[in-house]
Amino acid sequence: MKNESILSVKNLSVSFHMYEKGLEQYDLKVISNMTLDVRPGEIVAIAGSSGSGKSLLAHAVMGLLPENAVISGEISYKGKILSQKDKEKLRGKEFALVPQSVSFLDPLMKVEAQVRGPKPDKAKIETQKEIFKRFQLDEKTEKLYPFQLSGGMARRVLVSTAVISGAEVIIADEPTPGLDLDMAMEALKVFRELADEGKAVILITHDIDLAFHMADRIAVFYAGTTVEMADAEDFRQGELVLRHPYSKALWRALPQNGFEPIPGFQPYAKYLPKGCLFSPRCRYKTKECEEKIPMREVRGGYVRCIHAD
Amino acid sequence: MKRKYYLKFTGKYLVRMVTLLIAVSVISFVLVSLSPVDPVQQYVGSVPNVSVEQRAKIAEYWGLNDPPVERFLAWGKSILHSDFGVSLLYRRPVLDIIKEKSAASLALMTAAWVFSGVIGFAVGCMMGIWNGKWPDKILKKVCLVMCSIPTFWIGIVFLMIFSVQLGWFPMGMSVPKGVPPEQVTLLQRIHHLILPALTLSFLSFANVALHTREKLVDVLESDYVLFAKARGESKWSVLKRHGFRNIMLPAVTMQFGSFSELFGGSVLAENVFSYPGLGAAASAAGMASDVPLLLGITLFSALFVFVGNMLANIIYGIVDPQIREGYGNE
Repeated sequence: MKNESILSVKNLSVSFHMYEKGLEQYDLKVISNMTLDVRPGEIVAIAGSSGSGKSLLAHAVMGLLPENAVISGEISYKGKILSQKDKEKLRGKEFALVPQSVSFLDPLMKVEAQVRGPKPDKAKIETQKEIFKRFQLDEKTEKLYPFQLSGGMARRVLVSTAVISGAEVIIADEPTPGLDLDMAMEALKVFRELADEGKAVILITHDIDLAFHMADRIAVFYAGTTVEMADAEDFRQGELVLRHPYSKALWRALPQNGFEPIPGFQPYAKYLPKGCLFSPRCRYKTKECEEKIPMREVRGGYVRCIHAD
Repeated sequence: MKRKYYLKFTGKYLVRMVTLLIAVSVISFVLVSLSPVDPVQQYVGSVPNVSVEQRAKIAEYWGLNDPPVERFLAWGKSILHSDFGVSLLYRRPVLDIIKEKSAASLALMTAAWVFSGVIGFAVGCMMGIWNGKWPDKILKKVCLVMCSIPTFWIGIVFLMIFSVQLGWFPMGMSVPKGVPPEQVTLLQRIHHLILPALTLSFLSFANVALHTREKLVDVLESDYVLFAKARGESKWSVLKRHGFRNIMLPAVTMQFGSFSELFGGSVLAENVFSYPGLGAAASAAGMASDVPLLLGITLFSALFVFVGNMLANIIYGIVDPQIREGYGNE
């Protein structure tokens, strides 16, 4: 069971049908050939800069993309490929989302009603009280409206919704910013416990350091695709065991590892380069990089680079 | 603490109301003074053989030769003693006429107000739910057309269709002809009320619907609705729990803010239907240069609109916790 993934995303592409001046239309490909899988009992962290498709992946899994989104590839849960209908049935029950900010709470509804959801039973209220206590949210918090919460409180409230849901797969979209280190650790500890109970946790984060230490595996996203997926241990060890040039660059850019940026910037979805999406910034770039780059296994991890070894 | 807050709240509105009424009375008094209306001529009217001396005496008696400020103060003083003067048109105290007419108008405006609020809100919700689909497209076009139709025109069309051709409703007035007032039944009054009320509600109905639609679309595309969906709430549950809650507020504000349009519209609608309300009286007073009545109605309508806006503010505070807190902190 441990090795079988509960949720897997294969070659997922998402594009938005856009209108330009007048009647001109084009497809904006925001996610291309993204691959990810998560097993019960583990935390998979997704690292990547803004615009690398992290949140969109979460929305795609939950079936929350807007109507002008065109999706290809497969998302399967417990071995079954999910249709939009399946996703709608699973969300809230088997899938839970921890959203990014307080704007995901209804501004006119008290916290307790939102966290418990419609028609809560006794057990749910009990769990809610317990988790609030754990997050040091006192009883008064329940009666507050979202605008009365501080950023950190709001985030803790949002995290508690996932705990209460009892879902098998929890996708947390940036759950830690705005929390002080203790609180961030507490939140991550909650995720760890959920994972240890056999749930699967996908942790979308900017905080690479925290991710390296709390996650079991890490997926690195770049410009809407997965460039590398490997054990967190590799990321802790450093540059030499990492496979993709972008992961290495990311590692080197951390303050304790040299704080060294690479030139260039992530391409905008409308002007994606051919072949390897990282190639314009890559020092190993060759002619072959302009071809289609498959995901391949290298030293126990997966990498989308023909030069990795 | 709480009492102090309410006192402050009430005081603030009282001050606002008084200043508004003073401003309105000054402006309307100046306008009337500047107008070519000669009150003596209006008063004398069709009575022949009134000599120049007699006219001068009347003017002297009324104080028409005094400076404008003095005249205004004299008028204001009597207003404060609830003496609005005597209507030249009806030859009765202005206050009595306003009381009598406003009862009829209030029934009409309330009916129109409820019609436009309820139907407009319902249609707006439907458009919002079907955003971009064909029912929305059709309803939206209908609303846009309705927005641009003048009230008096739609009133005439209603009369032609429902009264003249179909004969479903009476041609006008608020009661049947030739029936003593004490014998008029409630049903007859309602029967007379329906067409003018519908006409009047046409004015704001489409407006309410379009605003509600816009707001509902915004809400349904918001982050919190996305999150509600992510938590497995069904479409209906999302609407019930988050949709209506968040569009109620602008709808209520719109509804109470529409008092001014309602009053303006009633002048036209009541004229088309010969409905004996305040609106018809206002235009009659204007046509006959009945200055006391005109000024009285002006003050009264300012008060009416002020109360509407004040109610919107108060309800806003009750419904929206953010504004409630804002009031508390003031």
